Amino acid sequence: MRESTASMSVSRPPDSSLVIELSGDWQLSRTLPSPVPAEREIAAGPKPAKVRLDGRRLGHWDSGLLIFIDAIATVCRTQQVELDLSLLPSGVARLIQLAEAVPERKGARAEKRKAPFLERVGVGALSAWSVAQGFVGLVGEITIAFSKIIRGTARYRRVDVLEMVQDCGANALGIVTLISFLVGVILAFMGAVQLQQFGASIYVADLVAIGIVREMGAMMTGIIMAGRTGASFAAQLGTMKVTEEIDALTTMGISPVEFLVMPRFIALVLMMPLLCLYSDLLGIAGGAAVGATMLGIPLKLYYQETVAAITLTQLFGGLFKATSYGALVALAGCVSGMQCGASASAVGDATTRAVVSGIVLIVAACGLFAVVFNVLGI
Amino acid sequence: MSLESELETTGAAGSVLPAPGERPPHITVRDLTMAFGSFVVMRDLNFVVRRGDIFVIMGGSGCGKSTLLKHLLGLIEPARGEIFYDGFNFTRADADERERMLRRFGVLYQRGALWSSMTLAENVGLPLGEFTDLTPAQIREVACLKLALVGLKGFEDYYPSDISGGMQKRAALARAMALDPEILFFDEPSAGLDPISSRLLDELILELRQSLGATIVIVTHELPSIFTVADNSIFLDTETRTAIAGGDPKELLAHSTNPTVRKFLTRGEGGTTLQNG
Ligand SMILES: Nc1ncnc2c1ncn2[C@@H]1O[C@H](COP(=O)(O)OP(=O)(O)OP(=O)(O)O)[C@@H](O)[C@H]1O
Ligand SMILES: [Mg+2]
Repeated sequence: MRESTASMSVSRPPDSSLVIELSGDWQLSRTLPSPVPAEREIAAGPKPAKVRLDGRRLGHWDSGLLIFIDAIATVCRTQQVELDLSLLPSGVARLIQLAEAVPERKGARAEKRKAPFLERVGVGALSAWSVAQGFVGLVGEITIAFSKIIRGTARYRRVDVLEMVQDCGANALGIVTLISFLVGVILAFMGAVQLQQFGASIYVADLVAIGIVREMGAMMTGIIMAGRTGASFAAQLGTMKVTEEIDALTTMGISPVEFLVMPRFIALVLMMPLLCLYSDLLGIAGGAAVGATMLGIPLKLYYQETVAAITLTQLFGGLFKATSYGALVALAGCVSGMQCGASASAVGDATTRAVVSGIVLIVAACGLFAVVFNVLGI
Repeated sequence: MSLESELETTGAAGSVLPAPGERPPHITVRDLTMAFGSFVVMRDLNFVVRRGDIFVIMGGSGCGKSTLLKHLLGLIEPARGEIFYDGFNFTRADADERERMLRRFGVLYQRGALWSSMTLAENVGLPLGEFTDLTPAQIREVACLKLALVGLKGFEDYYPSDISGGMQKRAALARAMALDPEILFFDEPSAGLDPISSRLLDELILELRQSLGATIVIVTHELPSIFTVADNSIFLDTETRTAIAGGDPKELLAHSTNPTVRKFLTRGEGGTTLQNG
């Protein structure tokens, strides 16, 4: 058969029926006539006794035709006009009847309407509130689980803790090395440009040492771990939620918080100070590299200046911050994972939420620490 | 063939099972209404599962069978109503009591839900390691035995992602049986199994009931399996959003006058046609 374009014409023969004549090839890959003119004709004009679809001149057809007829059928149903399918190819009529056979379940279709502004604000606030509640609830459960660990009654596998320690300790060394060294280089570089102007380049060592040890070491490791480990916690727990593995633990009488969250939390909190110490060392090494090559400061002198600049209090302050950031990142990751919905896209959302809330928490905590340390005179 | 004579012929010496009429209630559901937010899935469910019964939850796809199972397990809180185990109120119990009760349950989830980071033997062995004093070697032995029972001998060290969907289902069944639980909940155990494995599964279910005296609650669509194993059932209806029938499915098939139930139990053949359904 020669290919011909799809066309439709509406006519009203004298017997007060309405005939929609379809001809040509009705396939999705071509441009098809819109059902709107026919629908308008049925709804607007004098009400026809019956609508007849005439498909005797149809060529090839596929779902494109079915969609068109379905639209007409819907209008006929709402207008309560009889629809005559007898002049259509028999396959079409059967498929349409099949689609109409099971009535639509009321309330099953999710309503897609744009909520008014106030409602959206309300829904947003409620969901933020539930996230906050989840956070507090999980902190409580972790505290209880901790006391169980101390009493030796918690249910978790030691090997899981070791695996997590390896994952968020040793396996993170590469990226921490790279970022920390570069941050040290950047700090030294920016300081050098200014300090060189009045011949005080040796103080680059002080600048880098204090900056890295007090703030940047902990902050950088925190942010790296939020992007790396917090995200992976959320994805792991979220996937387990989707596949009902977490339900399976619960109904086995094993608390998912003890079994899944605690090993992750403990591992990250244990590893963070070590990573931070490592990051401090590499940051200072980065500064020293700039000092030695660009400013010509002998390494021994740079070392002495650095040691003189930092106090033990500053060092431990930094390590304490890092440990807190680790706890926050682990919490953010685990809460997002445990609150994950039940689909693949929900896992993606949970991961994003873990990283974003982890970083926000780190920065907020950093501000808080700055004030508290200032008050305490550290 | 009645249940008693069946026990006789299979020669269950020392079976712990009293006759169906004398069995005490094990699970009692009272006025249970299940809802997700404002969407009511089922309302006013009332039924009793007797100790040692094989109880089937039937109903069309999407009517809320898995949801009912999750309510029975306490994974979702009822919108209204209560669930009792041995007369003990499960819905009002606190977390510790619930955990203790849950330990007597074995659950097979619709999608398996094996722990993907553990091998099959570890999956089956985990509850044994947590709740018994067995040594690791003994745990492994028990795990291998349970896996052999479901036809997975030799797959002990495979990860769930490395076996087929039907095999995952069977491994999950082995895990559910690990602690020889008092109540077993199976969500569509035979979906994804070939006809022969599916029949073997029916035999296994009957065997479990006889040897352990376990109460078994099954969600299934498999008609042959329903007629083979079930003593009692409940039929959930999507249209009215409540239970419209209950009792022995064989009796239902013989005597029920409800067209929806008849249609389900006869695969739509004995009832109305598609067009006017
Ligand atoms: N978490 C949820 N949130 C909202 N609605 C849900 C949720 N889970 C299930 N539903 C709805 O509840 C109804 C019952 O779902 P359920 O999974 O219990 O069906 P089912 O009877 O097990 O079906 P099937 O035989 O196909 O497994 C469905 O309409 C589903 O859309
Ligand atoms: Mg289901």
